Amino acid sequence: MDVAALTFLALALPFVGALVAPLLTRLLGHKAAWVLALFPAAIVLHFTRFWPEVAKGEVVTGGYAWIPSFNVSFSWLIDGLSLTFALLIAGIGTLIVLYSGGYLKGHPQQGRFFSFILMFMGSMLGLVVSDSFLMLFVFWELTSITSFLLIGFDHSREAARRAALQALVVTGGGGLVLLAGLLIIWNVSGVTQLSLLMAFGTEMRESPFYLAALLLVLGGAFTKSAQFPFHFWLPNAMEAPTPVSAYLHSATMVKAGVYLLMRLNPVFGGTPEWQILLPLFGGATLVIGAALACRQTDLKLMLAYTTMASLGLLVMLTGLGAPHAIEAAALYLVAHSLFKGALFMVAGIIDHETGARDVTRLGGLRSAMPLTFVIALAAAFSMGGLFPFFGFIAKEEIYYALSGFDRRSMVFAALAIFGNALMFAVAFAVALKPFVGAKVETPKAAHEAPVLLWLGPALLAAKGLSTALLSGLTHELVSTPMASAISGEPRAVAISVVPHVGMPLAMSIATALIGIVFYLKLDRLRDFIATILADIGWGPDRGFDQFIRGLVRFSGALTRRLQSGRLDVYMTVTFILVAFVLLLVPLIYGELPRAPFFAPDVPLHELAIMAIAVIGLLAVVLAPDRLTAIVSLGIQGFAVAVIFLLYGAPDLAFTQFMIETLSVVVLALVMTRLRLSPSDHRPLAQKVPDFAIALACGVGFSLMLLKATGVPFDATLTEFFNLYSKSIAHGANVVNVIIVDFRGTDTLGEIAVLMVTGLAILSLVRLRAGSLRRIADNDPDAEERA
Amino acid sequence: MKSVIFRAVAPFLASLMVLFSIFVLLRGHNEPGGGFIGGLIAVSALAIYGIACGVETVRRAIYFHPMAIAGAGLFASAVAGLISIAARVPFMTGLWIYPSVLGVEIPLSTVMLFDCGVYLVVVGAISSVALSLEERGGE
Repeated sequence: MDVAALTFLALALPFVGALVAPLLTRLLGHKAAWVLALFPAAIVLHFTRFWPEVAKGEVVTGGYAWIPSFNVSFSWLIDGLSLTFALLIAGIGTLIVLYSGGYLKGHPQQGRFFSFILMFMGSMLGLVVSDSFLMLFVFWELTSITSFLLIGFDHSREAARRAALQALVVTGGGGLVLLAGLLIIWNVSGVTQLSLLMAFGTEMRESPFYLAALLLVLGGAFTKSAQFPFHFWLPNAMEAPTPVSAYLHSATMVKAGVYLLMRLNPVFGGTPEWQILLPLFGGATLVIGAALACRQTDLKLMLAYTTMASLGLLVMLTGLGAPHAIEAAALYLVAHSLFKGALFMVAGIIDHETGARDVTRLGGLRSAMPLTFVIALAAAFSMGGLFPFFGFIAKEEIYYALSGFDRRSMVFAALAIFGNALMFAVAFAVALKPFVGAKVETPKAAHEAPVLLWLGPALLAAKGLSTALLSGLTHELVSTPMASAISGEPRAVAISVVPHVGMPLAMSIATALIGIVFYLKLDRLRDFIATILADIGWGPDRGFDQFIRGLVRFSGALTRRLQSGRLDVYMTVTFILVAFVLLLVPLIYGELPRAPFFAPDVPLHELAIMAIAVIGLLAVVLAPDRLTAIVSLGIQGFAVAVIFLLYGAPDLAFTQFMIETLSVVVLALVMTRLRLSPSDHRPLAQKVPDFAIALACGVGFSLMLLKATGVPFDATLTEFFNLYSKSIAHGANVVNVIIVDFRGTDTLGEIAVLMVTGLAILSLVRLRAGSLRRIADNDPDAEERA
Repeated sequence: MKSVIFRAVAPFLASLMVLFSIFVLLRGHNEPGGGFIGGLIAVSALAIYGIACGVETVRRAIYFHPMAIAGAGLFASAVAGLISIAARVPFMTGLWIYPSVLGVEIPLSTVMLFDCGVYLVVVGAISSVALSLEERGGE
């Protein structure tokens, strides 16, 4: 098979895995993880084949036409940026699948979990390799939907359901904003593919719509990547099982926003707006996230807030515009994926093996879990930016980018040092504190984790070391192509793990020293931040609840206002509107028909039939009770059917006969079923306006028909149908051929509507009196009180 | 309904009407008729049968739930459209074959399958409403 077909297969593979996962798990139990891990492993293997080309700076594109008439394709773009992301997603995904095998061992819905996580992987993979805008958007929303499933996996708990819904609303809403942004980009540039967009940087930046497009794209990216003030869904997403947190936070989901910013950097970047908005929001997110992380005692929540801080740092670096900032962002992104994935899995191991994950209730696990301790320390060293791990290289590059002496650099350098010091403290609070000190009693007797659990974090931690030691190879395959792709021009990353004496090293040492101080004073720091938060007393998380509640209330009030639940009100409003449209529009535009033309020689039998129709109508109006009125309505209908017949429309007449018969039957049944009183008891004060509305509608329809028949008849269609009915569609009955062949798709839609209408009527007929009352009382406020 | 004559005649009348409705359905391509009209005739047959002999009798006689009939019809119509795609022509293009059975050439087409689907949807959807109304209305 050629590369394109294989790549398509690789993109589809996770979804195939998701399909077979439940069955495999039923057969093999938790050991299915070993088989299912082969799916992402195969993807890794496939994508490594692009390494030689991408390392040379080439861009591989491919794909298939999707909707050619709209110039939409299913196409991918593989360069340094997307290749690194794809390898991280599939690589860490492999480890996550193994880890979930151990973590959810014996869980009754483990198969479903595998299925969800593989679907999520597929969506994320599709997102980062997408070339076409539409594909990017579809996969973007797919990650929102699948992460909704993952976060709400433990659906019997309300907190999990709320967190899932919150994540879906925030990130899914962001996705819609992104779509608007992409549409603007498409309108300005005229291309629908990212690879082609790169050539339109100048047009984009000089367009009057630049700011609008930028803000919309940022709206998508910031919600996905949990930038302040949209960060609140991220810590709440910790309701998910730990493998999900480890995956969402390390390589996927939250990185999607950063990916988008990096991808669009060559097009959007470099402008004052870009260089103000990104560092501003990124810097704020960095500091707030790091501070909030110190406030927490739950291992997972501490890590979650540091993720937020790291994302802030990445956004800040992407928008900074200083030399080496892009390189630093690329390095830090890879480093963060490795150490954060490992640390989350370590937190999960501690939770799994001891039954506790509150840092104040853990201690002395060193002797019970030596292997986990080593893994945790290795990851924490990388997160703290200590020699000789990959985090150190990343941090050196960050400080190198920030070591200018202008005011802007100094401000952001201070932010970075402060945030990194806090993250340093949190890293060791997670990875060191539970293991040292006096032994604390835990709900479960602590013991070492099984191989499925420690394998993933161990490999990630080892990777954090090996990538640093073999920095030359790492830069050649990953960092240099990635930095070049982000900046849109060739960049070379050359930094090695050997410390150089200079400004960056001094800043690193300062970070570590401040971090140690924070670590030692963590309890006081936590109380201090808690006091500040208590003083503020309001956060976006609360705001989200208020927003949703307000929305529900507003729609409830609006619905109650518009939907009174009284059929006669609906009918009155509908027909008044119809009368207005029919009468007012011709009056305004002066399109009233000319006086009707009466043929002088109407045959007697036709006159008689018309007379019958009129008599039928009079009978309806004058009928003493409702049943008589219904039957009289039939008289008029039959008369019209006969007229159709006389004018050579047997099909129409035939149908009209049947419809009239059935409507008389059904109306009579409805009347007995609803137990209406036999006669009409409306007071005169209501009868007169009703009569006026009926008259207006009747006059309006008559005028419209007169006008329509007055317009010269265009026989093109008639001729077409007459000509081709027999020759193309093999049918002599033109009416039928039109219905089932020429306009068959219309008919398909109509019968679908007929069926749905039937279902709706059926359920209405079957409603019991009790359920009717419940619908009438549907009131969000009452529901809230209950 | 109490009338003995009506109750005695209704089953025959209804069966004749159903037969006629199928005739109308099949001849529809060349003469006045078709799935929609045929379906309406069949519904009237069922309604008459229901009024005369009770809804339970009708439900037993048609065996399937009316909505299931309508669903099958919608499915058949959709399949009739999709067959064209399998044959690599645009959706809903009519395809014809002329197999000969016992020496008689019978034209069959996706269009006919489509029309049968229309017939079934009309029969199912309207009769399910009519029957459920009769069920309680006749008390």
